[in-house]
Amino acid sequence: MNKILYKKQLSQDVFLMKLHSPLISQERSAGQFIILQVDDDYGERIPLTIADADPVEGSITIIFQVVGKTTQQLSKLNEGDELPALVGPLGKPTHIEKFGTVVCVGGGIGVAPLHPIAEALKDAGNKVITIIGARNKDLLILEDEMKTIADEFIVCTDDGSYGRKSLVTEPLKEICERNPKPDMVIAIGPPVMMKFCAETTRPFNVFTQVSLNTIMVDGTGMCGGCRVNVANEAKFVCVDGPEFDAHKVDFDNMISRLNSYKEFEKEMHNCYLESEIDRKERGI
Amino acid sequence: MNHKSAEQLSIEAKELIVNYLDKYDELKNKERTAIPSQEMPSQEPEVRIKNLDEVALGYTIEQARIEAMRCLQCVKKTCVDDCPVRIDIPRFINHIAHAEFENAAAVIKEASLLPAICGRVCPQEVQCQQTCMVGKALKDVDKAVAIGRLERFIADWERSTGKISIPEVKHETGKKVAVVGSGPAGLVVAADCRREGHHVTVFEAFHKLGGVLRYGIPEFRLPNDIIDREIDTLTQMGVEFQTNFVVGKTRKLMDLINKDGYHAVFVGTGAGLPMFMNIEGENLVGVFSANEYLTRANLMRAFEKGKADTPIYPSKNVAVLGGGNVAMDAARMAKRLGAENVYVVYRRTEVEMPARKEEVAHAKEEGIEFYFLQNAKKILGNEKGRVNAMECLRYELGEPDSSGRRRPVVIPGSEFILDVDTIIVAIGNGSNPLISQTTPEINVNKWGNILVDETQKTSVDRIFAGGDIVLGAATVILAMGEGRRAAASINKMLADEIGKEKIE
Repeated sequence: MNKILYKKQLSQDVFLMKLHSPLISQERSAGQFIILQVDDDYGERIPLTIADADPVEGSITIIFQVVGKTTQQLSKLNEGDELPALVGPLGKPTHIEKFGTVVCVGGGIGVAPLHPIAEALKDAGNKVITIIGARNKDLLILEDEMKTIADEFIVCTDDGSYGRKSLVTEPLKEICERNPKPDMVIAIGPPVMMKFCAETTRPFNVFTQVSLNTIMVDGTGMCGGCRVNVANEAKFVCVDGPEFDAHKVDFDNMISRLNSYKEFEKEMHNCYLESEIDRKERGI
Repeated sequence: MNHKSAEQLSIEAKELIVNYLDKYDELKNKERTAIPSQEMPSQEPEVRIKNLDEVALGYTIEQARIEAMRCLQCVKKTCVDDCPVRIDIPRFINHIAHAEFENAAAVIKEASLLPAICGRVCPQEVQCQQTCMVGKALKDVDKAVAIGRLERFIADWERSTGKISIPEVKHETGKKVAVVGSGPAGLVVAADCRREGHHVTVFEAFHKLGGVLRYGIPEFRLPNDIIDREIDTLTQMGVEFQTNFVVGKTRKLMDLINKDGYHAVFVGTGAGLPMFMNIEGENLVGVFSANEYLTRANLMRAFEKGKADTPIYPSKNVAVLGGGNVAMDAARMAKRLGAENVYVVYRRTEVEMPARKEEVAHAKEEGIEFYFLQNAKKILGNEKGRVNAMECLRYELGEPDSSGRRRPVVIPGSEFILDVDTIIVAIGNGSNPLISQTTPEINVNKWGNILVDETQKTSVDRIFAGGDIVLGAATVILAMGEGRRAAASINKMLADEIGKEKIE
């Protein structure tokens, strides 16, 4: 079950894996996610977007960045290893239709979930403008894949090591200033990036959609841990989302909720790293 | 509450039972009601708040037999009428009195395959024990025959002696039944349909089986080992289980019938979406639904610090909002996870609290503080967006409302501040939306509960439903009662079909 069919390191901290999961590969649509566990007794459940799927091969692709214990453990698994728990596809699929011109903005690891959405939008006949960005050149992922889809393609890095030296919001603003302005913006990336994308498009009144990746336990609406304020109403990201109107999302609250366990996790993460070093030193 | 040690209770029972051993069958009703009711031995409060082990320790053999001898063996079995799965209570109790424990187990299993669970979590005092004639004679429902504890005793005896009987399964019929959800309702359907010889697959969204029994009820009240053993009985009967499978998402409900060839489906997806108060500050960091808090602690084993990867919020002062069993579980769990002060804030009085009396008593022994006739007005946070206090209001009881309970009325200007860093909301659950979102064919009411007829059949052919997804948040035993009824309908439908096929 859930065998790792293929593994590739995309950058220092970012990995791509193809997982054997015939049912999920058949049922999934762009915008949906899975929850996996590396250990089904003591492991945590982490949500990851489905970056791609191949129903013929019966596989799904995930792309993840090592940020905590689970993603670290996951990164250490290899082709042929199996995951004890993989469930999905979860969340509502992205609503795809011909909107006209759509700007797809992806930051860092957020390019992974953005890719299938951009692809579906392109297939539906939209003009797709893509802006992808990262802190530096090494952290950029899926550049070629995004370039193939895009009618217009812009790359930014924070440090100028590649492409344009700017945040993604700069070109986004310029595109919004065009006449005619774009019909829609989809932004996926770190919460702060999504927040500022929302602030960039707000004055132009361009509908902007974001895909939120909050803390989740079950992913089926049961725990309510993923709730966010959308237009001052509590919404559950796992069953009401993961996509929402960016202009209505309370990002500050979302960011503070994402950090609920940060201090605590840091402690745990360090413990784990130390025990890893310890084990290596002892030759285990 | 005075708390006798397990040793003391055992000694007293041994001394007492010799008086009755020879003449049990000749006892008059008056003599039977004069037999002292047996207290349940339990872990000392100061010890148990530091562990997750079961609080109630179970009767000794002597205690069980004495308690059983209190039963009047009424001809009119009112206790059976009030049991949702109709266990023949006087008959199994009579076997216990005569030390025929195997026979007692067999009687229970005619009606229920989950006695170790029901004996622990059923609200016995408002079901079988409420109408017990012994309780009536002594004018105190707490003095009724302890039917639940006796049921638990038998289940535990069976397990500890390794004499768990596996119910007989009829010849394979070739019919396939899908059960969605492995909670109490689903497990009952699986057992009852399998007994008739149908192939049964249970689909569970989580990675572990048991549904609310596992994620919702803490181990100090229902150990996981007990759930595993009772599910193991089903596995041995040939029931198949598939975890990590969300019907509606991994596979559409209709596809189970149209593509996968199931002849009947039972939907027991339970109560899903947790309800919140809809007050200011409810999305601050430190506000949890009881579901989330308990799932982290129970299912993800966050209480095993150092082992579990799932974090649990470190709390000092915790307020739990609500007055049901879930509120008690959350409050007692918070205490075990190291909270110094835990308050249960409930807007009515103790009399109206829906939680089981025993759980409330246990919570009080463990130092949980109860704030009655109070409720949260808004939640206050610090500059980091974390909870640091809760503004409350005081209430008084007014006229009875539609539920017959006196309505709590706000006392104007009674606001006060409670210093807390964690708030656990345990005011109930709405229905899980996944099936209704992805199966438009199925009729639901305005709250999203699936509508069924008296046979538990939904608006869609071959699809049945029961448990919390039909009832709204109810109890384990009511869910089991619904499961039992649904299984009977499914079995009847399939038997009719098999009959027709034979004629053709």
